[in-house]
Amino acid sequence: MTELGLTPSQTVGPYLRIGLFGGPISNRLLDESDPRAIRVSGVLLDGAGEPVTDGMVEIWQANAAGRYAHPADDRTEIELEDGFTGFGRSSTEDSGSFEFVTVKPGRVPWPDGRLQAPHLLVGVFARGLLKRAATRMYFPDEEAANAEDPVLLGLEPVERAMLIAYGNGSLRFDIVLQGDRPTIFFAA
Amino acid sequence: MQPETAFARISDETLTASDPPHLYPDYVGTRLRAPKDPLVLLPASLSELTGPVYGDTRLSETDADLTRQHTGEPLGERITVSGRVLGSDGKPLRGQLVEIWQANAAGRYRHEVDTHDAPLDPNFSGGGRCLTDGDGRYRFVTVLPGAYPWGNHPNAWRPKHIHFSLFGRAFPERLVTQMYFPGDPLFPFDPIFNSVRDEGAQQRMIATFELERTQPDWALGFRFDVVLGGREATPLEPEHDD
Repeated sequence: MTELGLTPSQTVGPYLRIGLFGGPISNRLLDESDPRAIRVSGVLLDGAGEPVTDGMVEIWQANAAGRYAHPADDRTEIELEDGFTGFGRSSTEDSGSFEFVTVKPGRVPWPDGRLQAPHLLVGVFARGLLKRAATRMYFPDEEAANAEDPVLLGLEPVERAMLIAYGNGSLRFDIVLQGDRPTIFFAA
Repeated sequence: MQPETAFARISDETLTASDPPHLYPDYVGTRLRAPKDPLVLLPASLSELTGPVYGDTRLSETDADLTRQHTGEPLGERITVSGRVLGSDGKPLRGQLVEIWQANAAGRYRHEVDTHDAPLDPNFSGGGRCLTDGDGRYRFVTVLPGAYPWGNHPNAWRPKHIHFSLFGRAFPERLVTQMYFPGDPLFPFDPIFNSVRDEGAQQRMIATFELERTQPDWALGFRFDVVLGGREATPLEPEHDD
């Protein structure tokens, strides 16, 4: 089979709002009045500790029952939810801050059958990022699940700590692109 | 405490030969923003084998026609940009949301951060979106964007380009790129274009002018195909055929 060459990545630049906001994608994955709604916010920081005020953060997640709204997740015994795409996008134009209203996802399996702890996949874009930086966010009130999560178990404790949000109710998750304690980024 | 299972850590430069490195010092913006540590290589779980699906999104015709979003027509050379979104196996990707944004014909973005001394066009916003059809095809009508100066280095100018955002079949295939126009004299001087080191990969960011796509007495036609695939260095999962 001939593999076609991939189209290379390029930076989103500082004017991303023109094309990426105001369309079908927002930072509200479900209605704020939903009793399950949680707020996740944080700041995107550069290597000088300064907020990145022209970037974008995207999240991808399973629904509350632990199913992804995608054909590759064919576990039909878990119900999908009408209107819940599992994807959200927030700008960081407000002082480097991003914010999502979403629901805590259920646990999804690891390739060997173990369960992962509830998590969000997180993608970061900005001027100065020539390609996306990808990480994960975990939940602070899931200590037991986090302790057996295959991804967290494969990281150093200091790296692990950076991936777990903090706070009660309203969760806080900061993303540090560079520095003494940077966020750990994944290849996938 | 040592991790129970350690994942491979790889330099981001070994991810794909097509992509630029995170750190490309000629592009000054990367110096304080590029992640510097090796990336953790995870096997693909269900989280990485899935991604957002937008095939049923309702869009209007003017979403894909940037020349008809206002009462009048924008100034500049009217063009069409069309092509296919494909997987690296050559299969067309259907129902893909394609989002674009660009400067106007004078080289100015409708954005308060852009202070370039070139006129805004009241009839041009510069943003568009559409879905690919059953053969992976998309099409936009717009105007040729202008080149514009930026502050990266003395007398720095960006080649004419249109920003593209695409999703692919799963979260790792997500791509934001820029489409350039053939023969641009600014290529040798642009660090963003040259951050892609592989010459063949550079060519894949440049649209092709096609007379067959050019509509007589109406608009020049450019073709730009986009190829999406996993960015992993080594495939860890058997190929899916779905």
